[in-house]
Amino acid sequence: MAPSRAAAATVPLVSLALALAFGGLLILAAGENPLAVYRAMLAGALGDANGLAETLVKTTPLLLAGLGVAVAFRMRLWNIGAEGQLYLGAIAAAGTALFVLPGAPALVLVPAMIVAGLLGGAAWGLIPGALRAFLGANEIITSLMLNYVAILFAEWLVHGPWRDPQAFGFPGTPTFPAAAWLPRWGTTRVHLGLLFGLIAALLLWGVLRRTRWGYQIAVIGESPRAAHYAGLPTKRTILTVMAVSGALAGLAGMSEVAGIGHQLQRSFSPGYGYTAIIVAWVGRLHPLGIVVVAFGLAALLVGGDQIQLSMGLPAAIGPMLQGVILFFLLGGDALARYRLAWGPPRARPAAAATSPVPEARSPIASGGEGAGG
Amino acid sequence: MDDLLTLAFLTALLAAAIPAGTAILYACLGELLCERAGVLNLGVEGMMLVGALGGFAASQWSGSVWVGAGAALLVGGLLAAIHALLTVGLRANQVVSGLALTLFGAGLSAFLGQGLVGQPVVAAFRDVPVPVLADLPFLGRILFRQDALVYLSYGLVPLLGWFVFRTRPGLRLRAVGERPEAADAMGVGVARLRAGYVVAGGALAGLGGAAISLGTNPGWTENMTAGRGWIAVALVIFAGWDPRRAALGAYLFGGVEAAQFRLQDAGVGIPSFFLAMLPYLFTILVLVLATRERTRRRFGAPAALGRPYLREERG
Repeated sequence: MAPSRAAAATVPLVSLALALAFGGLLILAAGENPLAVYRAMLAGALGDANGLAETLVKTTPLLLAGLGVAVAFRMRLWNIGAEGQLYLGAIAAAGTALFVLPGAPALVLVPAMIVAGLLGGAAWGLIPGALRAFLGANEIITSLMLNYVAILFAEWLVHGPWRDPQAFGFPGTPTFPAAAWLPRWGTTRVHLGLLFGLIAALLLWGVLRRTRWGYQIAVIGESPRAAHYAGLPTKRTILTVMAVSGALAGLAGMSEVAGIGHQLQRSFSPGYGYTAIIVAWVGRLHPLGIVVVAFGLAALLVGGDQIQLSMGLPAAIGPMLQGVILFFLLGGDALARYRLAWGPPRARPAAAATSPVPEARSPIASGGEGAGG
Repeated sequence: MDDLLTLAFLTALLAAAIPAGTAILYACLGELLCERAGVLNLGVEGMMLVGALGGFAASQWSGSVWVGAGAALLVGGLLAAIHALLTVGLRANQVVSGLALTLFGAGLSAFLGQGLVGQPVVAAFRDVPVPVLADLPFLGRILFRQDALVYLSYGLVPLLGWFVFRTRPGLRLRAVGERPEAADAMGVGVARLRAGYVVAGGALAGLGGAAISLGTNPGWTENMTAGRGWIAVALVIFAGWDPRRAALGAYLFGGVEAAQFRLQDAGVGIPSFFLAMLPYLFTILVLVLATRERTRRRFGAPAALGRPYLREERG
């Protein structure tokens, strides 16, 4: 499975270039000049202090939720419920700011909201985790279904019991007390949440490399059967991994409402939890890689928003390009496993015996065996 | 609440359940074929979305719903071809490739469909009562006052059931999903067959999307499939990879979806947001139950599902 080091470094870059070329064809098909579109996106996202600040704003939730997704994916636990976990974190944090500790000073309230966000996300992640660990239900489907449930729950709150009675138009809760607002950097919207993300990345990097838990995740991910025979606590690890994964996404939601909106709004997340899946995979499930990729994909989103404003093109160009990038990276990785050989076919060298091993278990039919068993 | 239990209400509910379930049914049958061949494709939601958009756009352009349905098959199949190339051709991770397909399909359809949002609908599938049968008491209203795509699905379900379990190509299909090594030894082209079924499955998912954009909710809006592609993926497990059980499951879901609106209209004192959660919660419930049953009876899942086939390692 392991491509050479040179391939590991060049594949993402070549994939990115090819993805942009292919995306350019789609833009061309939609009747636009791809070069002009890309230039406008780049200028909008990174060309000035304002664009750069907005890119950092969007980096924050992508980084936190991407780290969460990566923890689970490392164990081949396909948690695609980051969006819902993010919503639950935001709901828990908003409830804390509005109803539990509305009068508290910032030094009490902000940590309380952090804890609430972490717990809210963790609880939402534990549902598919428990269904998988104890009943063998496929976590891909359950975690995804819970996204819709979480979003509808938030909609009910902002339309119903938590609705700001003084607000007109866009439904949302009342604004949080000022003590709940995360400090911002200068006049930009860049807020403390970015620091949460960077700290979380460093912590996770250490934990995955240095602790028993990190080792268990790696072993169970590589070979559930070996982990079973080695006596590793698979069920408990599923639960803890899903809790941590959800908690990180929950923190992303908390930092969005406390740092950006200062209230819980309808659809405050433009699908950060889904983009986080791409962030995690393109970042090679590595915490430091995820920092870089979160920034890159955030730039793509901001660039998409910018060309919507400046050229009247749909902002969906950002998500579309992200999907293309993921395709090309997947294809590039697969190709990098092959070695080109010139001339007539020969007997395979002994080293080739370590070529790709088929995945031992089928992801959808994991009920009776695999990490659930 | 009394009027909820009348025969008229029940008839109307079931009559609405069938078309609502039909979109899910097409997608579910497509995924079923793909998984029977041993390939997991989590891109159903994305393929449905491009199918919904492609179908609507083509029908707007041509004025014919059948051109729309054909276009939906085509674009669904095209999107699935990417998955076939990546997972069958290059043996990339099937889970991630499928997720990429869903995200790409959602982004692509939102990008290309911007101009079609809110356009007046030129053509849509209309309900066509079947002569004689439509006048049957109770069943007539439920089954035989539907649109052409629904009637087509009535034929497709038994046809696929027969195809998968009773024909030679169906046997080959099951062989590449269960024991690709054995199929290969028999001279079946595993990769070609798998790729073909992935594309066919995508085409059906695309048609499922068109069943929404040209059938139940004519028009185009971003993300209009609202998770039905994922429900279809879950239903394949519930169906035990059997097309006939898939129909049962799809109509059950159509019923939940239809009930949600009817309960709302009937003024049941539950906020609409909670009623809207029903299909998603129901999916989780169904999945858990199906998993329990499957582990108990060990029925269903193709043995090689999700596993790339490497001829060099045939042992």
